[in-house]
Amino acid sequence: MIFMNALVLCIPLLPFLGFLLVGLLRNKLSRPLIGIIASGVIGIAFILTLVIFFTHYYPANAITYFDFIKNSKYDISFSFQVDQLSTLFMLIITGVGFLIHVYSTSYMHDETPAHYARYFSYLNLFVFSMLLLVLGANYVIMFLGWEGVGICSYLLIGYWFKNNQYNYAARKAFVMNRIGDVGFLLAIFWLLARLGSVDYSIVFSNASALSTTDVTGITILLFVGAIGKSAQIPLYTWLPDAMAGPTPVSALIHAATMVTAGIYMIARSNVLYSLSPVSMDIVAVIGVATALLAASIALFQNDIKKVLAYSTVSQLGFMFVALGVGAYTTGVFHVMTHAFFKALLFLGAGSVIHAMGGEQDITKMGGLRKKIPITYWTFLIAVLAISGFPFTSGFISKDEILLAAYSHSKPLFWLTAFAAVLTAFYMFRVFMLVFLGGFRGNDEQQHHLHESPPAMTIPLIILAILAAIGGFVQLPELFGGHDYFNQFLAPVVPALSHEGENLATKEYALLGGTIVGLIIIFLFCKKWFAVNQFEGKYTGFKNVLAHKWYMDELYDAIIVNPFNNIAGFLKSIVEKSGIDGIVNGVGRFIQYSSRQVRLIQSGLVGNYILIMVLSITVLFMVFWNQDLIIAFLQKIF
Amino acid sequence: MPVSYYIILASALFCIGVAGVLTRRNAIIVFMCIELMLNAVNLLLVAFSKMQNIATPPGSVSVGGSDAQIFVFFIMVVAAAEVSVGLAIIVMMYRNVHSIDINFLNRLKN
Repeated sequence: MIFMNALVLCIPLLPFLGFLLVGLLRNKLSRPLIGIIASGVIGIAFILTLVIFFTHYYPANAITYFDFIKNSKYDISFSFQVDQLSTLFMLIITGVGFLIHVYSTSYMHDETPAHYARYFSYLNLFVFSMLLLVLGANYVIMFLGWEGVGICSYLLIGYWFKNNQYNYAARKAFVMNRIGDVGFLLAIFWLLARLGSVDYSIVFSNASALSTTDVTGITILLFVGAIGKSAQIPLYTWLPDAMAGPTPVSALIHAATMVTAGIYMIARSNVLYSLSPVSMDIVAVIGVATALLAASIALFQNDIKKVLAYSTVSQLGFMFVALGVGAYTTGVFHVMTHAFFKALLFLGAGSVIHAMGGEQDITKMGGLRKKIPITYWTFLIAVLAISGFPFTSGFISKDEILLAAYSHSKPLFWLTAFAAVLTAFYMFRVFMLVFLGGFRGNDEQQHHLHESPPAMTIPLIILAILAAIGGFVQLPELFGGHDYFNQFLAPVVPALSHEGENLATKEYALLGGTIVGLIIIFLFCKKWFAVNQFEGKYTGFKNVLAHKWYMDELYDAIIVNPFNNIAGFLKSIVEKSGIDGIVNGVGRFIQYSSRQVRLIQSGLVGNYILIMVLSITVLFMVFWNQDLIIAFLQKIF
Repeated sequence: MPVSYYIILASALFCIGVAGVLTRRNAIIVFMCIELMLNAVNLLLVAFSKMQNIATPPGSVSVGGSDAQIFVFFIMVVAAAEVSVGLAIIVMMYRNVHSIDINFLNRLKN
């Protein structure tokens, strides 16, 4: 018991230890040692998580380590909740995280050792925060991890801090996240005020005692937090800009783990959400709107990482649709499959960028199939998985989302399905432009083309295997599978019941529709994009999409610019003439008056004597009339 | 003679001294005015001493009467010494700046 509890504590502490070691000794350690320490701690954490997973160590009560905030009214302890849901997330975080660490050791090889160590210490700190987030047994510990991943995201997006544009992107991500955090924080306060506790066990068992208004308010505020962290409308614009960070960071933070924190939070709070249909509808509507908007933007982006970023936003929208229709396990399932194929896509993109010598514009690539075969094949698997090619992981999870949406409402289903079609379309477009056709870059890049070293390709291969077969844990029974995944999560998160529905027909229809749709999309994309010529200029509506619906411009116009104007007004008017005026005025008054007083010191002895005589006279006057003066003073005061 | 006469005379002398010090610029005259003030006080001292002596009933031993008179002599001796120092300063001043105008010596300014 105690041994296992210590082991659980070790899982987040190991990455923290790695952060301290690598971060503090960054000028002493050599590059290989840094890589070994940083990846090693994550690897050990992964093994420890596997131990928990295989020994089924899921204690009914939270493991309390020490009191965190304790007073007469509230008792918030530092405690961990080890159950199926947190174990699943821990497996994803440490497993995918480990692969990305290994990949990074090779990808970041051009950095100087000190910066190399800085990078890995941030990565370790990030994994620590994320583990804290999923392990915490109350909302406050979750909030600690929540803020931790926010700051790590900021640090890693601005990793190349000499580039001002990147710093701006980091700041944007941080501010957007903070806006969401306000919602989360208010929800915590609300819970404390109503229930006097933020422990999951107490909150969920007393949730039914809350009034409808309270539940709806709390869940909507929690969702505001999720919107910020998981990049949904209207706070999604930070995620595409976050591509300023190194590519493995995009894979780890902005695809596989951090952005899924919002999904985790809602899946964790499923008891609360189930009590509030209004909040569920809001979640579903925001989810489908984001899925459509981001997918449409991704259609005409030319930066390979931007396409993947918008696809992440879009996929997160799918997850929120699943959560919003009550299929919590399906949402979590999509988190898992998405972690596999999106990490694979980003790492594959990193490998492509590596091969192209830093080029990210897909219109300048093309025909890379022969040059980087491992990247090509793994990327193909990822593209098939995200597009929903039958029996890949993406197919199984996405079809389950569609099924759940269908039984909830028909329009929601069609909109979600349309977003899924768009997904296939933009992913094939990227694939064609990068790997098929002829090479469109310059000669220097063509000479530079080479496959990445094993440290980068092996994680790709492992992730490709997972992306291909990772979905079989939840294969529909129709195809000879079993819902192992739902059953695994059943003690924490109830699955959506499809009882009384004719699943077989729908699943066959989805399967058929997916195959036909994919073939049509493939043929269209091949006709349009697998060619040598590509003008790279868009007109009309395509231009609107290529400019991301002018969302950034809109935000600039209605929020950023007015804010800057107010700040400018405060700076130049209030600060300059108001506050500075007072401060300088005091100084100027003292200077002026001392210049006047100085005139008394004339150096003329006569004057001094005159003043002396006058003063003596006045003093005598006062002395003789002091009774009168005291009486007068007493009268006025 | 009533003591008030002496007081009025001494006050008049003192005021003349003050006025002289304030208005004149010649160092020697200023110096003389200071002496005037000093002597006004001396005169007052002697006058009060005399008054004290008279107030003592005949037959009893005089306590304060002659003390102040002797005291005044001491003051005059000290004043003589002070005058010699002051005059010496004025002579040195004249030698340095060829003037005994007190307003001319204002180097302590600033």
